[in-house]
Amino acid sequence: MCSVAMLSVLRSDSYAELSQYRDQHFRGNRYDQERLLKKSCTLYVGNLSFYTTEEQIYELFGKSGDIKKIIMGLDKVKKTACGFCFVEYYSRGDAENAMRYINGTRLDDRIIRTDWDAGFKEGRQYGRGRSGGQVRDEYRQDYDAGRGGYGKVVQPQ
Amino acid sequence: EIEERLESLICRVGEKSTSSLESNLEGLAGVLEADLPNYKSKILRILCTVARLLPEKLTVYTTLVGLLNARNYNFGGEFVEAMIRQLKECLKANMYNEAVYLVRFLSDLVNCHVIAAPSMVAMFENFVSVTQEEDVPQVRCDWYVFAFLSSLPWVGKELYEKKDAEMDRILSQTESYLKRRQKIHVPMLQVWSADKPHPQEEYLDCLWAQIQKLKKDRWQERHILRPYLAFDSILCEALQHNLPPFTPPPHTEDSVYPMPRVIFRMFDYTDDPEGPVMPGSHSVERFVIEENLHCIIKSHWKERKTCAAQLLSYPGNNKIPLNYHIVEVVFAELFQLPVPPHIEVMYTTLLIELCKLQPGSLPQVLAQATEMLYMRLDTMNTTCIDRFMNWFSHHLSNFQFRWSWEDWSDCLTHDLDKPKPKFVREVLEKCMRLSYHQRIIDIVPATFSVLSPANPSCIYKYGDESNKSLPGYTVALCLTIAIKNKTSNDEIFGILKDVPNPNQDDDDGVVPGTLFHEVFKTLAESDEGKLHVLRVVYEVWKNHPQMIAVLVDKMIRTQIVDCAAVANWIFSPELAHDFTRFYIWEILHSTIRKMNKHVVKIQKELEETKARLARQHKRRDSDDDDDDDDRSSDREDGPLEEQIERLQEKVESAQSEQKNLFLVIFQRFIMILTEHLVRCETGGIDVITPWYKNCIERLQQIFLQHHQIIQQYMLTLENLLFTAELDHHILAVFQQFCALQA
Repeated sequence: MCSVAMLSVLRSDSYAELSQYRDQHFRGNRYDQERLLKKSCTLYVGNLSFYTTEEQIYELFGKSGDIKKIIMGLDKVKKTACGFCFVEYYSRGDAENAMRYINGTRLDDRIIRTDWDAGFKEGRQYGRGRSGGQVRDEYRQDYDAGRGGYGKVVQPQ
Repeated sequence: EIEERLESLICRVGEKSTSSLESNLEGLAGVLEADLPNYKSKILRILCTVARLLPEKLTVYTTLVGLLNARNYNFGGEFVEAMIRQLKECLKANMYNEAVYLVRFLSDLVNCHVIAAPSMVAMFENFVSVTQEEDVPQVRCDWYVFAFLSSLPWVGKELYEKKDAEMDRILSQTESYLKRRQKIHVPMLQVWSADKPHPQEEYLDCLWAQIQKLKKDRWQERHILRPYLAFDSILCEALQHNLPPFTPPPHTEDSVYPMPRVIFRMFDYTDDPEGPVMPGSHSVERFVIEENLHCIIKSHWKERKTCAAQLLSYPGNNKIPLNYHIVEVVFAELFQLPVPPHIEVMYTTLLIELCKLQPGSLPQVLAQATEMLYMRLDTMNTTCIDRFMNWFSHHLSNFQFRWSWEDWSDCLTHDLDKPKPKFVREVLEKCMRLSYHQRIIDIVPATFSVLSPANPSCIYKYGDESNKSLPGYTVALCLTIAIKNKTSNDEIFGILKDVPNPNQDDDDGVVPGTLFHEVFKTLAESDEGKLHVLRVVYEVWKNHPQMIAVLVDKMIRTQIVDCAAVANWIFSPELAHDFTRFYIWEILHSTIRKMNKHVVKIQKELEETKARLARQHKRRDSDDDDDDDDRSSDREDGPLEEQIERLQEKVESAQSEQKNLFLVIFQRFIMILTEHLVRCETGGIDVITPWYKNCIERLQQIFLQHHQIIQQYMLTLENLLFTAELDHHILAVFQQFCALQA
């Protein structure tokens, strides 16, 4: 009776749950993808500044556990940082704590967002936008100094 | 599903509602009473669970049980029995914190006329008589005394009114125990070593003072919300149950009792002159508020927004300076020794959420707290300074590093090794790691430049690459290159293993081959080689401590160096200049952690393989084979048994390496501290220098942070290292540690 009984109100762990996002380029069915997401130790990190360094990411994400690897997201054409990365931990528990306590806080003065990733595969480090960066930077209308200024659709050719 | 609905109804009572708490409770009692015929056992289980896991809502649920008991006497009886069973199970399972909540719940049931006061007094008599047991750890007696005393804010009045003579006897027995118990452990657990402005009291001493004051106030307690008072006319008609005689389960070898604590206090009523008066340190209100706030964090630590909201909606908002209590409780956990209850980064994010919800008031309290912590750095425990530094730098990085640094310009007048300037240096270094060098130069006044971190870069001491006669330099560089190029651990190790035979004639002078040849040559030499590699890494990267940490981590994982080599390197004379810097200890503790995780991993593999073998046996046994073919069974078992044997050896070897690591660390501490003590004594200078305080507290930190593992080595440590001939300064640390579980 003692150790097992829990209350659903205390089991709530909304920050560590899967989001609605599913990678459309994932090779495999939805079920496989979700299975991998649920045991993944890898996080996608978005809304980084183009100037945020790996060292900064290592320092911040190291607060939830030992980091195995960081892979910077790159512009497919320019091969420069384009504002996202993957952080892989040795243990899922450490990744969960990053989701609970680092997601939604600031890095380089920007609120960053983390999400579960099914696992790094070669090619996934590149932006999927037409111009080489991330899709979101293709179409946005606002000016963001840390992400190359205006979105590509707004920029003069 | 009915069970989910019932659980939801029960858990939600007491939350914000359009109806009053009383009408909600009455409604719920009616619903549950109607469901009793069909769902009694489920309801019992849920109520027992909320008693154990939602202690911050204690009185809400005792009232509910009181109402149910008034309507259904048998149910009340069964609930009490179930609670006693659960209490016994918790004690046997070493779940002492939850057991306290159960005891408190039972005692509040006296107020709800569910349990008869005399039988509760009898239980407390049995609790406190544990202090008469012989040859039991002090921490065992401590727990029973704590369970008794900490229930009195809720039920002291009622018990004293009914059984004052017995209560006086129990209290007197408690007092004599508290007077004779030893408190060697206290200095090791105090956040500040100074008694001013607030003494850091041992938890039982503080609680005793609070109960004494409560008794003097004739047990009048006004803070706790007691919904049952509104139902007094109903409840006093109810029949009460007697608790069965409770014998505390005996002490066993497997019993692990909670460690003693020191109560963290940083505020008093003078800190918020405008607002409501903060209850004094020896008031029972202070105890109840702190308990409840800690319980809220314990319940909601995974959900930072809920946690912040729950903390801020703690009742009594306008009668107590809630923001101050919250900040004090959060820092109490962050600075708790040996370790915080939750991961450090949780507290940073929780404080940010609290600031978001109370932007007009909480940030000011936090700033005030930061200022106070800074003012008292001189007597703050080194481990706590680390945590303060980590928190503050991370917090600042979320608020554009805005801080009134000039207010701290007094630290510039001190020697750089004193706590205040040292703290500012480490904060700036951490802030830089989260941003970049120029940013930090920009945010501090020009006068602070002496405290600013170095620009992190590689030191190319020998620009001339043809100078290959420097082995080790090339090691460091090639490792750096490999790591920067994301070469995997296996690949690095593979490269290093596939080095060509140095005796072979290889006149090509292929540079990579020569590079790795150097590497292999250095590695082939045992401990000296490893130490050399570490030294060169340091020489090349000493302006970039983060890089040193990353490289050391990689080198351990690729088995270029072992953990003991890192430990020896940290204590080597070459590192003496950086010995008190935070990054060094970050590296050492990370190294110990890797070692510990390694042991756990192999132990787990062994357990899993053993389980597989057991399952295999079970499958065989359940087969309807009366044909006892032992040989075929053995054949099936063979590979698994072999694996188990190999893993067993691996576990033993890993455990031995782990023990050796700790022994090396302790030995080096003893050597370096003894050197200092002897030098001071012969020179006639004061032993307590900033360096000494730092070092001795680092030694304490090793004990505290890894206490569970170190407990295994007590005999070895006692007989081999921490012997009576040791200087008493050093021996005291060991004795304090022993006292923690005595």
